[in-house]
Amino acid sequence: MKRTMRFLITALLLGLASATSADQLLMIRSGLSFPEAMMALQNAITTRGYKVTHVQNVDIGLTKIGYKTDQYKVVFYGKAEEIAQLTAKHPDLIPYLPLNVAIFAERDNTILVTDRPSVLADFFPDPELKNVFMHWEKDLTEIVNEVQEAR
Amino acid sequence: MHKIITLTLLVLAGSFQAQAASDGARLYARNCAACHGENGGGGLGVPLSLPSFQATVSNDYLHQTIRLGRPGRVMPTSALPDTDIDAIVSHIRSWNKAPAPQFSTTPVKGNAEHGRALYAAQCAACHGAGGEGGKGTGVTFSRPRDLPIMAPALNNPGFLAAASDSMIKKTLMNGREGTPMVSFLKQGLKEKDIDDIVSFIRSLEKISRPRHAEVLETEQAVLTVDSPYDLKTTIENVKRAASSNNFLFIREQPLSHGLAPTGQEDPRQQIIYFCNFSMLNAALATDPRVGLFLPCRITVVEQNGKVKMMTVNPKRLSKIFNNAELNTLCDEMTKHYLTIMEEAAI
Repeated sequence: MKRTMRFLITALLLGLASATSADQLLMIRSGLSFPEAMMALQNAITTRGYKVTHVQNVDIGLTKIGYKTDQYKVVFYGKAEEIAQLTAKHPDLIPYLPLNVAIFAERDNTILVTDRPSVLADFFPDPELKNVFMHWEKDLTEIVNEVQEAR
Repeated sequence: MHKIITLTLLVLAGSFQAQAASDGARLYARNCAACHGENGGGGLGVPLSLPSFQATVSNDYLHQTIRLGRPGRVMPTSALPDTDIDAIVSHIRSWNKAPAPQFSTTPVKGNAEHGRALYAAQCAACHGAGGEGGKGTGVTFSRPRDLPIMAPALNNPGFLAAASDSMIKKTLMNGREGTPMVSFLKQGLKEKDIDDIVSFIRSLEKISRPRHAEVLETEQAVLTVDSPYDLKTTIENVKRAASSNNFLFIREQPLSHGLAPTGQEDPRQQIIYFCNFSMLNAALATDPRVGLFLPCRITVVEQNGKVKMMTVNPKRLSKIFNNAELNTLCDEMTKHYLTIMEEAAI
């Protein structure tokens, strides 16, 4: 009976695993210090034709109010032409733009986290957008990989 | 001739092993290191290199854990092929010389009712009254660390599917040195008592999906409210409504700010950024990954003469974090966004 129960639970979980995307966040650890990783991230973004539009200093905002936090920023980036065209045709995408990556320190390492652009395909099932999301996913994967491999 | 063939086969075998080891390291770095640390030292995730951890888990447990994850407890499911998961498991094992333990799959027989009472006295303080695990998202990595490891959720369907009774029993008997998990034999329990606790933990499979394993379900990825006002008035209304809901206005900028040359940005797409720092701090302490959707923002858009307010739906986004502890916060934030936009439209 117990074995049957375990089998059923495993089968159910495996079913869920295949039904939902496995890991919907793209997250990497870099051995670089925070300032080095931040520089590597911005370089990786710009060398792929994107422009860094803004760096949100989450850490500074928090510490000004009196909370303790390690270095924590959010980097926004995009391509002017692409965003203008997409938002004109698909205004629902606007809240998810510009694209961003959260970057924060963990001791001597730095963590980068962002949602996989392919997740947006679930949110916005328009087939016309699929290629855009796939293209972003490819670029973003390259960007975070470059930061992870940077020494 | 035989010697040459044997030698060639040995070289090839060595080369395959080296390749597998390098694949394991690469796959681990890509898929696991962000949470578990580059060398398994832990962080948001369990310290996998801890000898006492490795001494109490089988390769099958590690494999199943990677495959099934922990619903609602951050660890995601994995769609990697079995060979890749095995390579990751081998890499994890390479940090310790001790052989991987193997456990019988035969269920442990015990008195679950007696186990329930023992669990309440011995385990509930750390693992929660119903086995829901320690509070917080592992050891949050951008925050002060109070504990080297979080007490796992024993009633999590992922854990129960991955762990055999014998494995749970061994952990209870030996404890895990370097973590708060003590040996219950040393605490004075008898083996029979431990069997009873194992039976109780196994009985948790029969309860419906625990709350901590829940994922919020909602359809909309975007929250939208139409405004009866013009763009400028709507923007001012959003700022005022945010402020009256305890959010601090941070800045207003066109969506194309930083993309288009200054002065040539599209003025019909304006983002209003605001923050409630207390809520922000609570959210980051619960799960540092949520910074991805910070700061709070509402975009006011004018299109074809109509003005509307738009923002992300945190309830929809909560799903991608696989963290049930964020559910309440995301639910609250969705309500705040809607309240602010509705107030701005009055």
